[in-house]
Amino acid sequence: MTLVFNEVPVEPPSTSVDSSSAAPQAQHAASLASFDAGPPAGETASNGTSVVRVGAQRFRRLRHLRRGGSSVGWAILGFVGFGLLWQLASLASPDVPTPMETLGELGTLLQDPFRDAGPNDKGVAILLMKSLGRVLAGFVIAVIVGVPLGLAAGSSPRVWKSTNPLIQLLRPVSPLAWFPIVLVAFKDSSMAAIWVIFITSIWPIALNTAAGAASVPNDQRNVAKVFRLNRLAYVRHVLAPHTLPNVITGMRLSMGTGWMVIVAVEMLSSQVGIGGYTWETYNALNLPRVAAIILIIGVVGLILDFGFLRLNRAITHQEHTS
Amino acid sequence: MSLELSGLWKSFVQQGSTQHVLRGVDLRVDPGEFVSLIGHSGCGKSTLLSIAAGLQGADAGTVSLDGVAIKGPGPDRAVVFQNYSLLPRLSLLTNVDVAVSSARPEHSRQRRADLVEKYLTAVGLWEHRHKRPHQVSGGMLQRCAVARAFAVEPRVLLLDEPFGALDALTRARLQAQLVELWKSESETEIVVMVTHGIDEAILLSDRIVVMSNPPQPSVLDVIDVDIDRPRDRVSVIDSPTFRSVQERLMRLLTIDGERAAA
Repeated sequence: MTLVFNEVPVEPPSTSVDSSSAAPQAQHAASLASFDAGPPAGETASNGTSVVRVGAQRFRRLRHLRRGGSSVGWAILGFVGFGLLWQLASLASPDVPTPMETLGELGTLLQDPFRDAGPNDKGVAILLMKSLGRVLAGFVIAVIVGVPLGLAAGSSPRVWKSTNPLIQLLRPVSPLAWFPIVLVAFKDSSMAAIWVIFITSIWPIALNTAAGAASVPNDQRNVAKVFRLNRLAYVRHVLAPHTLPNVITGMRLSMGTGWMVIVAVEMLSSQVGIGGYTWETYNALNLPRVAAIILIIGVVGLILDFGFLRLNRAITHQEHTS
Repeated sequence: MSLELSGLWKSFVQQGSTQHVLRGVDLRVDPGEFVSLIGHSGCGKSTLLSIAAGLQGADAGTVSLDGVAIKGPGPDRAVVFQNYSLLPRLSLLTNVDVAVSSARPEHSRQRRADLVEKYLTAVGLWEHRHKRPHQVSGGMLQRCAVARAFAVEPRVLLLDEPFGALDALTRARLQAQLVELWKSESETEIVVMVTHGIDEAILLSDRIVVMSNPPQPSVLDVIDVDIDRPRDRVSVIDSPTFRSVQERLMRLLTIDGERAAA
């Protein structure tokens, strides 16, 4: 029987694998989405000059666009346009909360964000912190497991061949599908949520790390061979520095998805957190508040993404300032 | 004792057809010799160097140094790579230091530090030692790569088109530095250099190995360069030996080039 996996490279990837091969575009799109005209920052920068140049070109074009008019002005235009459509939708259906109702609820939510008056009455900042804590815990475990796994898979064809099919099988599974099993196993919904975030985070981190580790230039490998760098020196001076931008990219993708998934996990298990609160608010039939929560979740996701983007750029900048 | 390559065969499969890049190459380089490999692209000169370095295996034949067969890469045969190949995140100093510490773990810390300082100073990079590769020029990168290779005190130095990417003036200065290091200061006895430059080959080498594509034999000719050292790059051009070797190389390479084009 031949199993055909989607986009499964047979050999360790020479430059990058699936998610990361799409990463320049994805990053580009993401940087557009986050109103950021930076270059598709990069893991590819260290592999191929052409990609870098394309990136630089785009960068220039975007800068040009930026100069062509105030980007803040255009952004406001976009928001106003969206608001108008939203208003129209709420006029068409009375169940859709209006923008003004939503902004009003947003104001209420932000009034006392650090309020902690028992399990059913917590401020939005407390709820966000609960959710972020779970994401962070799962994410950190995923980094601890995923980075060494990716380094091994990217460096050794044997490890790659033995892990990649398994990863490709598990990767398309919605992380939420794990929830029933881990809930029973841990008998604790918070632990189960952390596990789900771990599952969400580990694939992008492991695959991107593997892609980075597999793309160590032959020259550098040869240097390591000729001068007999031992394993530790190789990891420290060649493998780790080369792979770091990919690791950051993997972390960025993981964090973004993790933040999306945590809302669903909490809704599924009615946990105290921003997702659980969303569900609770829905049950109280306060849809304007649900819409306000959506805005808050979006802003937090934006901040997380921006942080990793900055980190990635700081790291690649160090190397490619020439 | 010497570096001996005997009966080397190597082929690659490219787009379904087999290219016999090395076809029974025999070459012996004695201590104190500087040998250049010259030829058109694809003639296998870089492959030969890489096999001598131990970075690639040959399909048939042996490489031995002082009668001992070579199995893999090692610091007795240091390589200066075509594109410098410094580790991008390390300072010039650390680049050399990592190589020396890895290749010569038997040396004391002090001895390693001395070697690093000696060769970085010799190539004029000591005051730039804390800079990283992206902060310095191509010529400085190449000097650092040369310093790194000498600093591990190899018996054999293998150079893969070391000056190809440099401007003419920088190249001239580096060529002089290289010969100086090899002749006087270092333990290195044997130098094998892959090059495209006819004048460079004559100026630096004791012997020039002219390599060729099929159906010619791999080694088309071996030319002795009988010019006394030290060679002065300005006056050497007027020496009759230089002229005759130059003419012979031109002829061999031009005919070979036309054949390849036909």
